Order: sequence, then C-alpha cells, then structure tokens
Amino acid sequence: MPDISEPTAWAILFLPLGCFLLIALVIRPLLPGRYASLSGYVAVLAIGSAFFLSLAALNSTLGHEEAIGWASHSWVAIGDLDIRVGIIMDPLTAIMLVVVTGISLLVQVYSHGYMRGDPSYSRYFAYMSLFTASMIGIVLARSILQMYFFWELVGLCSYLLIGFWYERPAAAAAAKKAFLITRIGDVGFLIVILYLFSRKELFLAADLNPFEIPDIHVIVITGMLSSMVITWLALGIFAGAAGKSAQFPLHTWLPDAMEGPTPVSALIHAATMVAAGVFLVARFFPVFEASEEAMATVALVGGFTAVFAASMGLVMFDIKRVLAYSTVSQLGYMMLALGIGMPAIAIFHLFTHAFFKALLFLGAGSVNHATQTFDMRYMGGLRRVMPWTYVTFLIASLSLAGIFPLAGFWSKDEILLSAWTEGGAVEKAAFSMGLVGVFMTAFYIIRVLVMTFHGSYRGGAEAERRDTNQESTQPPTQQDDGDATQVHLAESPWVMVLPMVVLAVAAVVAGYVASPVSGLMTIPEHWLVEFLGGHTPDFSVPIAVGSTVVALAGIGLATLMYQTGTISAEAVGRRFRPLRQLLLRKYYMDELYEGFVVKRSFYQGVVRFADWVDRDVVDKAVDGIGWWSRNIGRSMARLQTGQVQGYGVVISVGILVILAVYFIWG
Amino acid sequence: MTLERLLILSAILFSIGLYGALTKRNAITVLMAIELMFNAVNVALVAVSRYVVPYGLRADPLLPAEEVLLTVLTGQVFAMFIIAVSAAEIALGLAIVMAIYRSRETIDVSELNLLNR
Repeated sequence: MPDISEPTAWAILFLPLGCFLLIALVIRPLLPGRYASLSGYVAVLAIGSAFFLSLAALNSTLGHEEAIGWASHSWVAIGDLDIRVGIIMDPLTAIMLVVVTGISLLVQVYSHGYMRGDPSYSRYFAYMSLFTASMIGIVLARSILQMYFFWELVGLCSYLLIGFWYERPAAAAAAKKAFLITRIGDVGFLIVILYLFSRKELFLAADLNPFEIPDIHVIVITGMLSSMVITWLALGIFAGAAGKSAQFPLHTWLPDAMEGPTPVSALIHAATMVAAGVFLVARFFPVFEASEEAMATVALVGGFTAVFAASMGLVMFDIKRVLAYSTVSQLGYMMLALGIGMPAIAIFHLFTHAFFKALLFLGAGSVNHATQTFDMRYMGGLRRVMPWTYVTFLIASLSLAGIFPLAGFWSKDEILLSAWTEGGAVEKAAFSMGLVGVFMTAFYIIRVLVMTFHGSYRGGAEAERRDTNQESTQPPTQQDDGDATQVHLAESPWVMVLPMVVLAVAAVVAGYVASPVSGLMTIPEHWLVEFLGGHTPDFSVPIAVGSTVVALAGIGLATLMYQTGTISAEAVGRRFRPLRQLLLRKYYMDELYEGFVVKRSFYQGVVRFADWVDRDVVDKAVDGIGWWSRNIGRSMARLQTGQVQGYGVVISVGILVILAVYFIWG
Repeated sequence: MTLERLLILSAILFSIGLYGALTKRNAITVLMAIELMFNAVNVALVAVSRYVVPYGLRADPLLPAEEVLLTVLTGQVFAMFIIAVSAAEIALGLAIVMAIYRSRETIDVSELNLLNR
C-alpha cells in the first residue's frame, strides 16, 4: 500500500465537512419529509470513508520513523508574518484520527436507531458531521491558529448538540453552560496565541514561524523564552485543555451536558470534545516538559479531578450523570499521565477509554430507549429483556473498573505504574489519588450495573411520572414490581446493538492487543506506546495485582450494598448523611459558581459597574449629543428663511472672504 | 485699451449684476441682472483671449505672439457658447416666472420662500 498523499489526508477532514454542507444546504431545505433518512446514510457514508482513509493514514505512518512532512501552505500574510495551514501526520495524529472517525462512525450508525422519528433528524446528522469534522481539524492542524479555529468550532458544535432539544429549558441552559465554561478556559489558549504573535519579531529573526506547532516546539526547546514565560504559556494551554476536558474547576458543564441526545454524549465523551483537551496537552507536550511547575500542576489537577469527580459519581441516580462523572474522572487519569511525563500512555488510555466509554453511553441510550427514563431508581431487571445491552454494558463496566485482562486494565495500570516508578513527591501524590480513584470507579460502575440490570423492574418512565406527580421523592421499593408494565420493554433494534457489539469487542481487546506487555504474534511489545514515542516501565506484578485488588474491593462493596443487600445502602447513606448530601449537591460547586461567582461577584460587581457605565456614561453621552444637536439645530434653523436672495448674499460674502484670505495669507 | 481696463470693466458689470440679482424684488429685474453677469463674464473671456498668449503656444518661434492672438479664438468661441446658453436660460427663466405668476399672482421674489421648510 503506497503512502497516503496530502490531498487524501485533507479528504479525511473534508469528507465530513462536505457531508455537513450537503445535509445543511441541500438535503434539509430541499428534500424534506420522507427523504430525511437520506441524511443519515450520507453521514455514515462520509464518516465511513473518512475512517478508512484514517486507517490508511495510520498504515502510512507505521512505515516512517519521523512524521510524514508536508510543507504547509500560505494562508494569509500579515506584514512579514506568514500564517500557514498544513497537516501534521505523526503517530499521535494517526491514532487520534482512527479513534475519532471510528467512534464517530459507530455512534452515527447507532443514531440511525436512536434518533429514528425525531423531527430534526437531518439537523442532528448535520451537526454530528460538523462535530466530527471539527475534531479531525484539531487533530490534523499544523498551525496553532488553524487548531484554534477548529477548537472553537468543536465548542460551537457541542453547544448546538447539547442544546439539540432546545425546546427543553434544561437543554438550552446546559448548552449555554457548556459554551460559557469552556470559553473561560479558551481565554488561556487565546492569550498564548496572542503572546506568540506579540513576540513574532524575535521568532522571525530566528527563521521560525510563531504559529507553526513544530516551530513552537523548537522555540521552547532552544530556550528562546525564559522558563517563567514557558510556565505561563503551558498553563495557558492547560487552561484551554482543562475547559474542554472538564478538569477541576471547570468540570461543571460536562454532567449537565447530558441533556443532549445520548449518542451525542457518547461522541463527546469518547472521541471529540473532551479528548481534544488531552490531545492539546499531548500536542504541546514539549512546552509542558520544559516547565516543572506546569507539569506538576497538570499531574495534580488531573489526579485531584480523578478522585473528586469519581466521588460525585458514587451517589448520583441519573445513569448518564454517573457516566459523565466517570468521564471527568478518567480524563483526570489522562491528565495525570501527561503531568508525570507520559503523553504516550495518556493517549493509550484515551484510546481504550474511547471504546468502553462510548459503549457505556450507547448502552445507557439503549436502556433509555426501552424505559424512557435515565433515573436508575426506576430501572432494574433489564438483564432479562435486553441481553445484548446487558452483556456489552457488563464488559464495558469491567473494562472501566480496570479488571484483568480487559482494555481499561492495561492503560490504567500503565498510568499507575508510571506514577509509581517515576518516584517524585508529585508522582507519589498522584499515584495515591489514582488508587483511590480506582476504588471509587469500580464501586460506582458496578452500582450502575446492578441498579440498572439486576434486581427487578421498577417501572421505568411510567413510575417516574407517577412519583413526580405525587410529589414523592422516595424511591420506589422493590415490591413495586408490575409485570404488566414490562410489555413495552424490548431489546433495541440491530442498528443500535451492532455498534455496541463492535465496541464491546474493542473494549476487550484494545488494551492488550494494541499495547501488549510482551510480544504477541506479530505485534511487538508495547506497540502503541512505543509507536507514540513513549516508553513503558516494565510490567510490575505487585502494582497490577494491587490495583486489581483495589478495584475488586470496590466491586465487592458495590455488590454487597446493591446486589445482595448485605450492607444496607440506606443505612450507609444515613450514617454518612452530611457527606452524602455534599456529594449529591456536587460539593456545592454549582451553588458556588451560580451564587457566589455569578450572582455576588459578577452581578453585584462587574455587572453593576457596567450598568453604571451604561446609564451614566454611555447613555448620558448619547443623550447629551442629541440634546446639543437639537438645540444648535434649532438656533441655526432661523437662518433658513427661504429667501434665495438672502442665501445669495451669504454665498457672495463668503466667496469674498475666502478670496480675501487667499490673497492676504495665501 | 489694456487688459486691466477691460477686466475692471468686466468686474464693474459683474458687481452691478450681482447687486441687482441679490436686491431686486421683481423677478424680471433679477433675470436681467443675471444677464448682466453673463455679459461681464463674456467681456472678461474675450479680453483675456485677445491679450494673453495661451501657455502651450508661448515659446513657438514659428508663430509670433501677434499671430497667435489673432488666430486662436478660444475665448470668443466660449463667449458665443455662453450667449447661446444664456438665451436658452432666459427663455426658461421667463417661462418659470410666467408659471409662478399664474399660480401666485405675484412675481415678487421675497414672497417666494418655499425653501424655508
């Protein structure tokens, strides 16, 4: 197979982008009604082609030691600065491309079933295509400006898709929240770009383009900037990444983002939106590497987020919210891996996580398809009616919990192992946070599994409606088991099951086959990590066994509490009532942001000041100008007599004055 | 006769015309004053044409200045044009005066102040 050519690589980006344009400009306005399903097929076709091209790209990069270098193209020239666009096709890009297009393909196939009959079917696929295209744009970008463009486009698409059912106030609010909070982080990214631009003379003198990512790496490595500046640059980039990847303290948008359609959540959580932050840090890794402080920040924020988010996942009742906190927590692991200097392992975890997290969301969507609710208190017993969903969800859960030999085990183990063997104080702290996270992860995911699939059915959406109508906040009891309501429960259609089965296979094998600890047939040892330019510490049995035992402990506790009922969940809840309340209210972070930051500081401070400026400065200035013009006009209007001869006199005298001035002073 | 004197004559005629155009109440008189200004300009054009050698022909040895002044008639032609145009203009002006008189029964220009709105 020949090497991928540059136009082919661009096609990976332009196929979904063109698909978006086709659906948005042709199919949706011109072919309404029964042709709407066409947009789904077009989207799958486009993203499927992009997926195969991505595989070709991966295959090409395999044969090269270095990144395949294509010269970038001049886009705009501002003064002596040439802003260029281009493609980086290195192992990082190739792996990300395969993940993004692959997950997106499966999610879109699934969406055929999930979104069937939605009045905005075409709009959905148009946004999904644009979303995928934007993410591909980030991954391919060679110039930081080009990347920023697609970065913001990803933000826009997430806004559009989270608020897809915009007629629901909660969805509209969640979309706004996601957009605003990620935007806070993006300011850091923007400042980095502006700083690079402001110092362009320095870089241009050394024949380096301040916007080209490889040149930025050279700038940092050759020490053209002071270490202080590099730290701030790295933190600026990390701020952008933390916003997109929902790291503490910018994590609050992601759980609310559950208001969008479930396949969108799967895409956001596995391949596009949140992976962008991790990818960004990995792409600019040399910048981080040059600053110890920035690395420590990334590691500690990541580790803290891993535990912090997982703890909130322990008590939530909305199945998608638990999964959302799980994603935040797993992204914390990826940031942790980046922070301890292991970008390759972070991407490895991103790779495995993409499969099982997408699968978990698709499973949640499938469950919702049957029960019409997301509240786990009204589920239960679905294992008998939805065997495929149950089995795939089980695999994904165990993979997330990090059980040998599923995919999640290998990547999580490598993160913990690296943290352990690196040995500094920061790494030790990160390692212990990671270990606590493992326990919590295992606990909450088994809790979800048991509450959803085991036990007996608790009524689904009908029961939920009944309870909310009675304004009862008590969860229904186990006896509330009506056989009559089970008639509409059924396994989802095969277009939804098939992607889940494919993902389940990946969730099993992606860890060991992609990066085996010892050579496996033709696949060399630690293939994926080495391919990404990383190295892995030797497999350590104590660490692996230790983390597995911790995970098993979490599983065991969850089983005892929710499956067998040996330990009463209610009793534990009562015992730790303040703690449980704290977790249920998400550490009062929303209240802090809403009440303190927004209402107290923003409304009372900034907004009041802005209001004063608007009323007393801007409005008064406008009114004043109007007042003066009106009065001056009124007095000048008296000169307009309508007597043409009077005008003639004024004109003649004026000409004489001009001539006089000209002759005297000219 | 020198150029200066002719130009002074032209200036005096123009000033009288301007004065008349700006002060007289009768529209007919105003039109006559405007004619006077036209003719002041005509005098100036012809005079300049008779006394001043055009710039482009100045240093031409084949054509002495006197020859040029007698053969190049730009100013005179200009004056002819102005006479023709002013004839048309006075016809138009008188027609307007007639129309105004029919509708308002007066040709006192101080009464015609529709422009003050």
